[in-house]
Amino acid sequence: MSAAPLLAVSEVETFYGKIQALRGVSLEVFDGEIVTLIGANGAGKSTLMMTICGTPQARNGQIVYNGADITRLPTHQIMQLGIAQSPEGRRIFGRMTVMENLRIGASVTDPAYFDEDLERVFALFPLLKERQNQRGGTLSGGEQQMLAIARALMARPRLLLLDEPSLGLAPLVIRQIFSAIQELNEQQGLTVFLVEQNAHHALRLAHRGYVMVNGKITMSGTGIELLARPEIRAAYLEGGAH
Amino acid sequence: MMQHKAPQTALRRMVTDLVTTAVIALVIFGVMVGLKTDTIPGGLELTPRWLATIEIVAVVVLGRLMLHLIWWRRKPGVGAGTTWVPARVLRGWAHTLVHLGKLARPALLVFALVMPFLPFTDRYLLDLSILVLTYIMLGWGLNIVVGLAGLLDLGYVAFYAVGAYSYALLAAHFGWSFWLCLPLAGILASFWGIILGFPVLRLRGDYLAIVTLAFGEIIRIVLLNWYWFTGGPDGLSGIPRPDFFGIVGFERGPGGFADTFGLEYSSLHRIIFLYFLILALALLTNFVTMRLRRLPIGRAWEALREDEIACRSLGLNTTTVKLSAFATGAMFAGFAGAFFATRQGFISPESFTFTESALVLAIVVLGGMGSQMGVVIAAVALIGGFEVFREFAQYRMLIFGLAMVLIMIWKPRGLISGREPTIFLGARKSISADLVSQGEGH
Repeated sequence: MSAAPLLAVSEVETFYGKIQALRGVSLEVFDGEIVTLIGANGAGKSTLMMTICGTPQARNGQIVYNGADITRLPTHQIMQLGIAQSPEGRRIFGRMTVMENLRIGASVTDPAYFDEDLERVFALFPLLKERQNQRGGTLSGGEQQMLAIARALMARPRLLLLDEPSLGLAPLVIRQIFSAIQELNEQQGLTVFLVEQNAHHALRLAHRGYVMVNGKITMSGTGIELLARPEIRAAYLEGGAH
Repeated sequence: MMQHKAPQTALRRMVTDLVTTAVIALVIFGVMVGLKTDTIPGGLELTPRWLATIEIVAVVVLGRLMLHLIWWRRKPGVGAGTTWVPARVLRGWAHTLVHLGKLARPALLVFALVMPFLPFTDRYLLDLSILVLTYIMLGWGLNIVVGLAGLLDLGYVAFYAVGAYSYALLAAHFGWSFWLCLPLAGILASFWGIILGFPVLRLRGDYLAIVTLAFGEIIRIVLLNWYWFTGGPDGLSGIPRPDFFGIVGFERGPGGFADTFGLEYSSLHRIIFLYFLILALALLTNFVTMRLRRLPIGRAWEALREDEIACRSLGLNTTTVKLSAFATGAMFAGFAGAFFATRQGFISPESFTFTESALVLAIVVLGGMGSQMGVVIAAVALIGGFEVFREFAQYRMLIFGLAMVLIMIWKPRGLISGREPTIFLGARKSISADLVSQGEGH
């Protein structure tokens, strides 16, 4: 691809105190792509996600979004640039209703878009429409994940960051969520950066993938290429495919 | 064999338990009740009071025995899901209660409006009502910080003090009227709210509570020691009373309130006016809070309470969200403080101790965090309760503590723990906390 990437992470190093979590990570996400980052527990996947969002900020390296350096911007400003995140562990507002969750998701956008956006996320996740007046905390895990994604979508993002959307969900629900992601990408042209442990599903969905080990990118390629690699099969897929 | 043995072991266990209870009670009360110190020339003398000790231990053991025989007799599982009341009756009650609840608000408001003119209302009741309303207002103000934004503030009384001293000092030095000083007191208090807010931006929970506690004490100690400015422990006296919206005062004689409006002079006029003043201020607090909850800023406060990281990931600037919560809560405390100063006519740092903060916080927590109606009930119960038990002053705190423990056992989320959603598509549905906690919130 010749065009400039929508998101370019270059040589990023992030520390928690003295502990280095990211050791010079570089990756690129182009407009209209689904890119996945896979890796084992503690590899630094979520740290990279959080670093892109500015909490914690990268100590070295650069993160460029849409041509602008966002490395040192505070989180709330980054999230106002058209990046939205569905955080790890979903983090929905448990005591507030589904509608209120979606309202807060739309905080950074023009209220005039609210009804239109609401219809769109309800079309994507009809279950949420049924449960709109229910409290977030009373939803099932899968519904909560849908709400977390819907909430992020209410910010009308150009780039959607998804941190382990399959975490703790039943295979059927995972398939539902992943097909929703695919639909968003194909029909609305949304760019998606997906962090996953569920390598099998993630690589089949993604156009391209990166593999992270101990805070470093060790492999990259198209989803299908990576799926076929024996070391990937051995490390992430054997016995884990469903 | 086993069947014969089972009741025996149960009996033995019970007896062992009772003996243990007796020993523990003896150890505790033997020292606390059984030994009395009397002052004699040259020191203290110990007087044993064995009869009293034995009585208390007997009561404790008997109580434990009753628990064994009646309460713990019930087998686990049996009666767990069933109640003494048939389900249909219970549902009927719930229905009636919901209806009553809907009527309660307007009924209470009407009662509050006509209360000063009812035949049984006297000076004492009016004074007590003013006190309760002050705490309701403080409770509603603190509810913004604690209940909505989820920031545990143990030094709320500091802003109350700032409001009170603002009015007292502005009135004393510049001779400004109450109506001018009231907004100023609110502004100054919210300014201090922001000052407190900045250093605690990164703190949550316990750490935040400690810093706010310290802040409350700092304000009090500064007021105590800054003698030439605040009068120190002597306080400030001769604080002007409020007049009737700047038109007339409430003094006796020509030109006074009674004279101007052709009424017979009564010292109650000013009290009734003060009553309506604090009622209006409290209702203003409530109204503003309810409006704010429906606005993005109010939703942001609640979202902050639920999950700060999620808030930031959605593009909310948590700094402004927190500071606005502190400032708004402090502003209402400032109003209440100015009112307190004008009502008392005298203020000193003694009125702004940690106990006050704790009391207001207790009102918010007991009422159910975030619930406006709960604050009213808790304030009436606590402040009114204090007055009812005034004659048993020595047992007051004991009963207060016991009530708190019991409420926290039975209603751990406060008296009114339901939360009204702020936006709806279609019909408005109420969400009962009881339903929600069992995972069927609809």
